[in-house]
Amino acid sequence: MTSLPDLAAGSILASLVLYALTGGADFGGGVWALFNRGPRAEERERLIVQAIGPVWETNHIWVIVAVVVLFTGFPGAYALLSTALFLPVTLVLAGIVLRGSAFAFHSYHLHRERRAAGWGTLFAAASLLTPFLLGAVLGAVSAGMIRGTGLDNLASGTRSWLAAFPLSVGMLTLSSFSYLAAVYLILETDVPELREDFRLRAQASLAVVVLLSAAIPLFSGRGAPDFHRALTGSPWSLPLLGMNALAAIGAGIFLHRRAYRLARVCAAAQVTLLLAGWGLAQYPFLIRPDLTIRAAAASPEMLRLLLAALGAGALLLFPAIFLLLRVFKKDALFGR
Amino acid sequence: MSELILARIQMASFFAFHILFAVAGMGMPVLMVLAEGAFLRTGKAVYADLARRWARGTAVLFAVGAVSGTVLSFELGLLWPRFMEFSGGVIGLPFALEGFAFFTEAIFLGIYLYGWEKVSPRLHLSAGVMVALGGVLSGVFVVSANGWMNSPAGFVLEGGRPVGISPLSAMANPAWKSEAIHMTLAAFAATGFAVAGIHAFRLRRETGNRFHRAALVIALSVGGAAAVLQPLSGDMSARFVARSQPVKLAAMEGQFRTERGAPLRIGGLPDPERETTPHAIEIPRGLSLLAFHDPDAEVLGLSAVPRDERPDPRPVHAAFQVMVACGMCMAAVAFAGALLGWRRREAFFGRPFLLAVSLCGPLGLLAVEAGWVVTEMGRQPWIIHKVMRTSEAVTPVGGLALPFVFFSLIYLALGIFAVRMLRRELAESPSFPGEEG
Repeated sequence: MTSLPDLAAGSILASLVLYALTGGADFGGGVWALFNRGPRAEERERLIVQAIGPVWETNHIWVIVAVVVLFTGFPGAYALLSTALFLPVTLVLAGIVLRGSAFAFHSYHLHRERRAAGWGTLFAAASLLTPFLLGAVLGAVSAGMIRGTGLDNLASGTRSWLAAFPLSVGMLTLSSFSYLAAVYLILETDVPELREDFRLRAQASLAVVVLLSAAIPLFSGRGAPDFHRALTGSPWSLPLLGMNALAAIGAGIFLHRRAYRLARVCAAAQVTLLLAGWGLAQYPFLIRPDLTIRAAAASPEMLRLLLAALGAGALLLFPAIFLLLRVFKKDALFGR
Repeated sequence: MSELILARIQMASFFAFHILFAVAGMGMPVLMVLAEGAFLRTGKAVYADLARRWARGTAVLFAVGAVSGTVLSFELGLLWPRFMEFSGGVIGLPFALEGFAFFTEAIFLGIYLYGWEKVSPRLHLSAGVMVALGGVLSGVFVVSANGWMNSPAGFVLEGGRPVGISPLSAMANPAWKSEAIHMTLAAFAATGFAVAGIHAFRLRRETGNRFHRAALVIALSVGGAAAVLQPLSGDMSARFVARSQPVKLAAMEGQFRTERGAPLRIGGLPDPERETTPHAIEIPRGLSLLAFHDPDAEVLGLSAVPRDERPDPRPVHAAFQVMVACGMCMAAVAFAGALLGWRRREAFFGRPFLLAVSLCGPLGLLAVEAGWVVTEMGRQPWIIHKVMRTSEAVTPVGGLALPFVFFSLIYLALGIFAVRMLRRELAESPSFPGEEG
């Protein structure tokens, strides 16, 4: 798995993992802001906004990296997906715009000590819609309904994503993001009551994530047959599913014992393994069942330069991100 | 309305919206860094307050710019899949680099905005410098892709597909240099004048207010310097276009006939049917002189190419005139400001000059929009100059009216609210009575 196209496809997957672990949790924070009832609701919302504020724009860029690598490294696949999944991708965009702007306006108002419930609600609602649709797009790429190797022989309806499998992947994405957010948010505060609030949310969403991530492989046989065979019948299937189960059990135990740092590690591992499983089961296809990574790849010259740019960029980037987290997530990430 | 027209209008409005925020994302960080630098040098609280307010304005503008930019990166594929299928593998590289520049901007803006009390003053200022650098670099990289559409390079066309691809030559396409300089200066001029205009407007009521005075001086220095340099870059761009896209130049100037010693037309309404541009003030040989630095140079006219390869000269000529006029006004005001600031300090804050600056406030942004109309509509009917027609690139997906209306409403609302927030932030008049400026 070291050819240039594979490396480029791998870097898309890596960007998606980083997006899920960082930007995904920001969306999850919005979901918790949407279902924010009961005592301490205002404190919780403030905590969510404070936790997201300094980092969400940086986190958001991972999805841009994924898209740019996709259209630079696999231009035909990008054109194909943009056409076959026109509607959900358009809706994802609307969600991204509304979430981001509404958050900026909302936190601006909070900063000025003015209440602006409208922006908060919009931010939260868009945080619900966007991950669900993003997941549905990933599901549609795997379901085997998008036929053809290029725009000239594209033979799929525009509704391939409106099926049980993609929509359940959407649900899994949404619940994973919410789960990550709840686990992360515990360590964003020192207030014991708030910690308990998010611990409870983390436990509940963990249950949903476990349920969905067990159900989807079991029931994907009809909705995504090839993907299902690869996911369950490959040499790596058992170890991967086993590791995922271990991470979930670990997260459950650590949440129960209030070992939050370890719970974080386990939650992040769970989401990483989910996406890794998707990537492995998708391999060697970019879009199942007709378009392989190799067939969709741009010229080797371009892939080499693209990977070099990504490598060099990462060298500059990671120290800067480390600085950002060091400044704002010191307690939560680095201990005291 | 045809789907092609709908797709074009939709893309154009996405760009028209995004570019205002992108320009602010390049210009505003420079202003806020200069204000903070002035604070660190002088210790005057007015500069610290200014830096904080400008930073908050930057944050709102950057957020809207970031998400509307994300929309564009997807819409390229959603609306123009054939274009992306063809060009992604040729000109994708600057987009990847832009991604990293953008990362830099976002990371350090986070540190800058939320880190006033958390990091040392020196680190804080450096973070601001990184934001400014990231902003300029992302603009420069993105413009490379537009330059490639105007002067495609780095591949050979074979059976309708690009082969022998050299991504670096594509990125370093001939139009990049002049476009990048022109766009960067435009961003500084537009932001500087827009901000200066707001504060000049307030100063006309509150003559002595130190906050607005400090803001005006910084914003006008940046905007003015860029506005004075811009004509030089404009000359470079025009001469490049004259050589590489003569048809675009002809549309810009309303030039239908191919002739030696072509005149420069000020005003006028090009008539594509009769192939003339009546009602223009013509300066003899002016166009040949400006475009080729030779009064007898031959200038290609629109008539030299078939009708289906001509852009519509009406909007292109009009937009070009608007852009140049705005630029001239700003350069003149910048010159006047420099003279006044140097010789007669009080006249700088006098009512006539303040009025002139307030009137020039919107001109930079107007010029930016007009400039994009020139470069984009002037390239039509091509999406990639002489390689792919816009009509060949459009998506086969129908029903584009719906997303168009949908996004237009969203953007309209966002624009209105962003402006309202900025007004609140910039139009307040904090007073610093203890400080002498």
